[in-house]
Amino acid sequence: MPSSNDGWSFSATAQVQRHRSTSTECGYIMCFNNSATAGTKMEKMARVTTSLGSNTISGCTMFCHLDAPANAISVCRDAAQVVVAGRNIFKIYALEEEQFVEKLNLRVGRKPSLNFSCADVMWHQMDENLLATAATNGAVVTWNLGKPSRNKQDQLFTEHKRTVNKVCFHPTEVHMLLSGSQDGYMKCFDLRRKESVSTFSGQSESVRDVQFSIRDYFTFAASFENGNVQLWDIRRPDRYERMFTAHNGPVFCCDWHPEDRGWLATGGRDKMVKVWDITTNRAKEIHCVQTIASVARVKWRPERKYHLATCSMMVDHNIYVWDVRRPFIPFATFEEHKDVTTGIVWRHLHDPGFLLSGSKDSTLYQHKFKDASRPVDKANPEGLCFGLFGDLAFAAKESLISGGGDSNRKPYGSGGDRRYPIFFFKKPDLTEQFAHESSALSVFETDLESSRMDWFVETARRYLLSGKPFGELCDHNAKVAKELNRPQVSTTWTMLRIMYSDPGNLATATSISKGGSIPLMNSFNMKEIAAGGLGSESRLDRGKGEIRQDTIHLDPGNSLINNNDENEETEGSEGPADYLFGDAELEDDDLYPMEHENPTAEEAEYSLPQEAFPLRHEIVDNPSVPEHLQDKVDSPHVSGNEAEAVCLTPIKSFSLISISQPLYESHLPASFFSPVVREMLQHYAEAGDVQMAVSVLIVLGDRIRKEEHWYTSYIDLLQRFELWNVSNEVIKLSTSSAINCLNQTSTTLHINCSNCKRPMSNKGWICDRCHQCASICAVCHHVVKGLFVWCQGCSHGGHLEHIMNWLKSSSHCPAGCGHLCEYT
Amino acid sequence: MLKMSPVTNSVAASEWNRAAESSPADTDSEPVCDWRKFGSLCSRDEKERAAALGVLSGTVLAFLDRVAPARAENGAVKDGTPQWERESPGGGGIDKAMLLLLLRLSRNCPFRDISEKTSQLLQTAQERGVQIPQALGQGPSFFIPVEEMVEEGVVQPILREAFVSLGRLDHVTMVMGLHTEYLACFLRTQHSLLRLDGPLPYPWRHFIAIMAVARHQCSYLVQLHTAEFLQVGGDPQWLGGLSCAPQKLRNLNELNKLLAHRPWLITKEHIEVLLKPGGEGCWSLAELIHAVVLLTHYHSLSSFVFGCGVNPEPDHEGGHAFRPPSPCPTDSPRGEGGGSVPRAEALCEALMTVPSPQAEALYDSKRLPLASVSRFVEDPDFGYEDFTRRGEQTPPTFRAQDYSWEDHGYSLMNRLYPDVGQLLDEKFQTVYNLTYNTMAMHSGVDTKMLRKAVWNYIHCVFGIRFDDYDYGDVNHLLERSLKVYIKTVACYPEKTSYSMYHAFWRHFRHSEKVHVNLLLLEARMQAALLYALRAITRYMT
Repeated sequence: MPSSNDGWSFSATAQVQRHRSTSTECGYIMCFNNSATAGTKMEKMARVTTSLGSNTISGCTMFCHLDAPANAISVCRDAAQVVVAGRNIFKIYALEEEQFVEKLNLRVGRKPSLNFSCADVMWHQMDENLLATAATNGAVVTWNLGKPSRNKQDQLFTEHKRTVNKVCFHPTEVHMLLSGSQDGYMKCFDLRRKESVSTFSGQSESVRDVQFSIRDYFTFAASFENGNVQLWDIRRPDRYERMFTAHNGPVFCCDWHPEDRGWLATGGRDKMVKVWDITTNRAKEIHCVQTIASVARVKWRPERKYHLATCSMMVDHNIYVWDVRRPFIPFATFEEHKDVTTGIVWRHLHDPGFLLSGSKDSTLYQHKFKDASRPVDKANPEGLCFGLFGDLAFAAKESLISGGGDSNRKPYGSGGDRRYPIFFFKKPDLTEQFAHESSALSVFETDLESSRMDWFVETARRYLLSGKPFGELCDHNAKVAKELNRPQVSTTWTMLRIMYSDPGNLATATSISKGGSIPLMNSFNMKEIAAGGLGSESRLDRGKGEIRQDTIHLDPGNSLINNNDENEETEGSEGPADYLFGDAELEDDDLYPMEHENPTAEEAEYSLPQEAFPLRHEIVDNPSVPEHLQDKVDSPHVSGNEAEAVCLTPIKSFSLISISQPLYESHLPASFFSPVVREMLQHYAEAGDVQMAVSVLIVLGDRIRKEEHWYTSYIDLLQRFELWNVSNEVIKLSTSSAINCLNQTSTTLHINCSNCKRPMSNKGWICDRCHQCASICAVCHHVVKGLFVWCQGCSHGGHLEHIMNWLKSSSHCPAGCGHLCEYT
Repeated sequence: MLKMSPVTNSVAASEWNRAAESSPADTDSEPVCDWRKFGSLCSRDEKERAAALGVLSGTVLAFLDRVAPARAENGAVKDGTPQWERESPGGGGIDKAMLLLLLRLSRNCPFRDISEKTSQLLQTAQERGVQIPQALGQGPSFFIPVEEMVEEGVVQPILREAFVSLGRLDHVTMVMGLHTEYLACFLRTQHSLLRLDGPLPYPWRHFIAIMAVARHQCSYLVQLHTAEFLQVGGDPQWLGGLSCAPQKLRNLNELNKLLAHRPWLITKEHIEVLLKPGGEGCWSLAELIHAVVLLTHYHSLSSFVFGCGVNPEPDHEGGHAFRPPSPCPTDSPRGEGGGSVPRAEALCEALMTVPSPQAEALYDSKRLPLASVSRFVEDPDFGYEDFTRRGEQTPPTFRAQDYSWEDHGYSLMNRLYPDVGQLLDEKFQTVYNLTYNTMAMHSGVDTKMLRKAVWNYIHCVFGIRFDDYDYGDVNHLLERSLKVYIKTVACYPEKTSYSMYHAFWRHFRHSEKVHVNLLLLEARMQAALLYALRAITRYMT
């Protein structure tokens, strides 16, 4: 007899190694999957195993071929016979030591009617001659094996309008049968009568499962397609006793715990198995197992308080036995079936060693528990996780870690001693024990700039996305990026500003920032003034002045190359990016080195590769451009506000310029840049900086087409860093309705009346049940319309201002309840 | 002057100035009427729209200044062909596109400011002697009097949302707008299929849509998606026909054919062939699921287009004409009285009118398969064939209990393409439960039986049977003309005719007939999807 010791214990040793000695303390991320305790052991051992009677169940793993796919199976009380039912099969097999033997074919007649097409079958647990089936056409049929004729059909109830999904006999009452159907009704039949005695309306969609409670004589549970589970009293057909939402989507099955009165397991299409404690006032979820496919059946394992077996409806053909306390890995797996398993049943009420299963692959199996495969043996108990800020946590089998012999690792030594003693005196049956795993957890902190995410947070906080003219936004963001030491990003912002601002505006903006000197479209000859404007412009972008103009001056070819580099957006090529940035950064008010690039390019028409598309030069309304350019080449000091436009733009698209002949256009249309900018954004997004991509999109507004999925991933990131305000701003500023509506989800706040505690249904301030004003300010006793602040401890509250004032002078709740409220 | 104007405006304006000033000889100028440039027209903010409208009208006027004087010189206004097209072969296309854009906006824009301004502009153009296009067909649907649509349709916020996010309000959306609750689900799903992250590249999605609708010769959707295909950067060469597309897409043709006409023939071998590794054009499971959903979605959407007689978009081929409107009403046998006769009466009249033979002929003539459609079809003779009327090698009936969407289809879908699985589930549920408890002039009716009969009949037509349904109900509840209509729309929608639509449920409202079409669309989609998913399940086991 197996000892009832299926406890297992877990001890984890955490060991933290710091490979880099950083001074900052950060929290360690510890994730232990299996944190249940072995606390219930004593209770288990105290309970005496219920006797199996004289004939002990024995047998082996075996199977037999059926003629057709099975939909359900059920076992006789004495565990000697099993019935298999399906669309085209209805047979009884005897369970022998080594094989299944067909005993009886209940499907008789030349052309069987749809009444034989079974969705479910159940063998009565009191009367071994009594069977019931649920037919797909809505009939409930009972069968009496004691009948002398070939046709054993006993009663036929055709009261349901649609497929009957489930039939269930009362565990102790011989004549009581319950059915649940697709039409949303459950019916209770007294087998001595010709029709149902009571009908229960679920008031909702199809009933998927009905189960009589094993312990409570009058109670049964029903599960529904809309995710609800209802508990009924068989004597009260008018209304369910309780209802709770168990799953998202249909609840395919439920099963009462054979011993514990209050436990109900449910399985749903949402791939979860949940265990509910319904003894409390509200049904409480106490365990949850996540499986890999929708759960079609769930059955508690006899004699094992925490074990249950599940099978799936689609895709996954295995049968799993779970320990609900350790929900991440199945305790045991049966992998014999080749198609989905449709019915599972433990062979005997009190024997945990044998499981029977029927499947769509037309086989019937008996699985011996000892032959089950144990996934935990094959599992790698290693885990790896990146923290939000670039830390890395790594958990591995203790033996692996300690085997390394690294001097600065200190394995936790006493683990072994602590783990085993409790178990050893019982000589546990190894097959009934969950493997122990202990892991060592290491956290590696990073101080590498590259993998830290500080910049992300900082950038998100400081970027301005709206509220100012376009140019200023760009400048601001460029500055932010610069300060965070991200020159490439900063340069991008600067370039964007130049591309999309038109010279007129640019000049205005510039001159304003300068302090009201003269903004001039046609004043490029007034070098000093325009120069001043430019100076202030470039000052905006810079933190520290690195003067590199000499390089640039002296070697136009060099700068050219740099520009090409930049244009290709080579990842991580800090060098050129930095270098380039040097341009924009020039401190010296007298020198405007940026101008040189362009003129040099003009002059040295030689080497420009004609990439992409031929470009026109956007020289601003100036018929005499060539001379002017010539001019500039000679003197670095030449400037003009259009010179800005001329020379800044090419930072991005320099190599595109290949024309020396002046054009009549006043300047390039903004749309001209769109392909380049779009490519650039694509590049950023693909390089993982979706923040940049989205920020640019927002700032550019209507100038460019949107990419919705960037938004979603940026919002996702922001929320992970708990930057709620920024994420909200992003949502608000996006023009896509799909994103915008994120702000409108779950914005409903349900409130209860403070007097009668019932939900407030109507819109006003008066509860329609008790006709009292709800939400009254505890200070002034008037109704609060608008901002209502309340204490989460005692749930009293009132006008924001009143409460603020009150709590300045007193620490107790204004309502006089004695609670020490805190206002922060 | 420019300096003073706000940023957005001036940028756009300058862009437009350039565009307008560019001479016809300027061959490398971009097409002016790229819809995206009017981004801010699709804005919720009235001011932004106003600004964009300003830009638009500036452009149009500039264009008119350029074209109209020329017109005045030679004076031959009434010369059948659009004059200016001959004058400037380079710029002609641009101008035409712009006029069509104006026409479309003036007809189908949920924002009053835009539609008014654009019709004004068209008016001006006409006054200046430019031949402007006239929309053919009144309203979004040929079958449904335009009064019904306008009253209930255009002003709804959801249509505005659709316009804002898609940049156009197409006729399908407008017709579906009669059932807003459903429309929301539908648009969500379609959006997710076409525009959100998914296994297939964007142009492919539209190309698959084109392949699907071409099976039913639905030129409306072909045109819509051809435009979108190009817009998302598809290779224009592919549009030369199926033979110009990559092998991988051509491999999908067989599945497309079966799904469209005889989904019950799909076996796991078909799936195997597509997924077989190695060789040219092998599909991954995720891609295949995406493609299957797209195919079924568009097969059934073409049913809807034909079933509701959706008119071509004003800017589509066949949706407009450059000739002045002919004196006799070009299409509708009912639109005439609308102006003077009180609305209700006109409606009754419309409801009672026996469709005139001319109208019918006209409608049918519009549906001739175009070359532009048929080049996406191989084996065009393959069509629907009665499920029941086939001799020995009848595949076994599909039992709904053995493979249902709720239990099996959803689970598989959810595994392979999670978001869409959820959306489809919502959509099926919405349409299955959609009811207003009205029937013709009666209200407070439980229409569940009727809806179920329609749904199950469609499934039955595709060979899916419910054990627990008494098919006698179908005969009992659905009159013969309705059954004819349903079967036509579901199986060979291109044969739907005006008289079929009018023959059934004479006293019912049009919105109720659209409701039937929604049931049709979804039931058909689910049926085809179930067959495909079952084959995939079998392949996987």
